[in-house]
Amino acid sequence: MKIVLNGEAREVQSETLSELLEECGFSGRVATAVNEQFVPSSLRIGHRLAQGDRIEVVAPMQGG
Amino acid sequence: MKTFYGTELPNPLMLGTAQYPSPAILEQAFRESGAGVATVSLRREGAGGAGQTFWAMIRDLGVLILPNTAGCHTVKEAVTTAQMAREVFGTPWIKLELIGHTDSLQPDVFQLVEAARILTEDGFQVFPYTTDDLIVGERLLGAGCEVLMPWGAPIGSGRGLNNEYALRAMRAEFPDVPLVVDAGIGLPSHAAHAMELGYDAVLLNTAVARAGDPAAMARAMALAIDAGRLAHEADPIEARDMAEPSTPVIGKAFLS
Repeated sequence: MKIVLNGEAREVQSETLSELLEECGFSGRVATAVNEQFVPSSLRIGHRLAQGDRIEVVAPMQGG
Repeated sequence: MKTFYGTELPNPLMLGTAQYPSPAILEQAFRESGAGVATVSLRREGAGGAGQTFWAMIRDLGVLILPNTAGCHTVKEAVTTAQMAREVFGTPWIKLELIGHTDSLQPDVFQLVEAARILTEDGFQVFPYTTDDLIVGERLLGAGCEVLMPWGAPIGSGRGLNNEYALRAMRAEFPDVPLVVDAGIGLPSHAAHAMELGYDAVLLNTAVARAGDPAAMARAMALAIDAGRLAHEADPIEARDMAEPSTPVIGKAFLS
């Protein structure tokens, strides 16, 4: 399936958001949004991905 | 000292975590400043898990965490960012930034009030980065904010308190609300000035992180903030236009 992950087009095997995080090597404290909607971590397992989904995975970063 | 959503700050300095020459210097700066709050943000996670390394270091500082919505230009973007920040950082605190103008990074106060209302209703404790406008301040309080953070000057400008009159008026208008000067501080004297006006805290980043010696500047800021707070508590004299001799006039020897 073709998706866009953090702004980059990707071809992935995963069918759910939680599988995608594992497939792409994300771990630790991250938060997710799909098509600009926040998806809480508790809902990632049940969140099925669709062709063309835009997924954001963010983590702690320096800030002012 | 006023509390921030029920939390008493260890001291009135909130320090940003961006722009330091290295993580080691960031840690030194925090130690020297004694800051009780660190501001942080969220960005796309890279393949190497850079965010996790950063998080481990910030957690070890043992300070309160205030995530921001820096760079957000719409209510929707800011609300989504806040939701993600609450999950990642495990705190209901959010420094709400809604930028309206790219050059000045001036807050878009209309969207700010709307986002503050949405987030407050969702259980967030909002620290709004706002202008020094009194009516906007009232609207933010009406939207559920219990803290106001007016700018001293544009973010990163180091210009100090651009409008002392407005900041003074804000302090007088909201005597019971915790007020923080956020942004624009360049020198310790600016931070002291904010505290002399009776502000409850100062939030700064660039002035320390981009100084030639960030750890030394962090210490200087801490001392200035202490001095300013003490001065405010000591009830300073009013400025006057004419001189007034401090040495007694009576008893002066007659020597012509």
